[in-house]
Amino acid sequence: MDSGRSDRRIPLALKILIAGGFGVGKTTLVGAVSEIRPLQTEEVLSTASEDHDDVSGVETKSTTTVAMDFGRITITDDLQVYLFGTPGQDRFWFLWDELAFGALGAVVLADTRRLADCFPSVDYFEQRGTPFVVGVNCFDGAQRFSPDSVRNALDLDPDVPVVLCDARDRQSGKTVLIALVEHVASRRGEPVPAG
Amino acid sequence: MAAEAPGYHDWLDTDAGPVVRPYTVTGGRVRPNSGAFDVVAFVVAVSPDAAAGRLDLQPEHRTILEIAQDPVSVAELASELDLALGVVRVLLSDLLADGLVSAHEPSATAELPDDDILKAVVNGLRAL
Repeated sequence: MDSGRSDRRIPLALKILIAGGFGVGKTTLVGAVSEIRPLQTEEVLSTASEDHDDVSGVETKSTTTVAMDFGRITITDDLQVYLFGTPGQDRFWFLWDELAFGALGAVVLADTRRLADCFPSVDYFEQRGTPFVVGVNCFDGAQRFSPDSVRNALDLDPDVPVVLCDARDRQSGKTVLIALVEHVASRRGEPVPAG
Repeated sequence: MAAEAPGYHDWLDTDAGPVVRPYTVTGGRVRPNSGAFDVVAFVVAVSPDAAAGRLDLQPEHRTILEIAQDPVSVAELASELDLALGVVRVLLSDLLADGLVSAHEPSATAELPDDDILKAVVNGLRAL
């Protein structure tokens, strides 16, 4: 890794997005596999009047505060994985573009009782061409569905992995992340050997 | 937390929003003057005493310089300072413009990490 002119090496940070509907367990998953921290974004919503009025210096703007979760997994001193729980509400789509830029891939969490909640996330990553896996969070008392039935219900491409998981469980959460990284590797045409 | 701050009034609850608007610290500026500052861009202070003699720097600028003695990501900085990402970006752009920090943006979207890195991530995750 090139550390450039600096004597302090700059780590490589890989971004993974954790998406899905509201209350599906995104925060729980990030917390299960990493130390979770809050991250606030105060986003500026520009008004349409900018185009019409010369109001330089007195721009009319409003801001909205969105809280996200993020977690960091340190693989080595030079390699870190950042997990970002995407805001669940549709009106915060503009935040996704920034988060998805340069992302390694995404985990779309699904709840089989409310499968439709993850449609927007699936659409988003399909359209962007961002590699993703679907993690089916098996809530207590929820009827278990086979990965294939979830795949059919979501009309997923055959190569998109569908993984049953328990977002509260660290091992289970790791399995989902590993499935994603292996999926990314396989899309490059060279599978990561088990080891 | 507004509710715990000195001077707390019981007629101001969290529903009233932050008592000090987030962009007060930037003097109302909402866009960085320079730099992109991706959430996983790394920032590092150019020298250990960069802030010395700089009376124009705000406390938040100084805190950033202290934290950034070792490379730190924009997301970590925002979380550590408990400031919104947009605010931190404006403050970082001040420091970048003054040559007090250097910024290292992540590589472009199309550039996937190579297989060795992906293998290291898989092995690292398994070992967690």
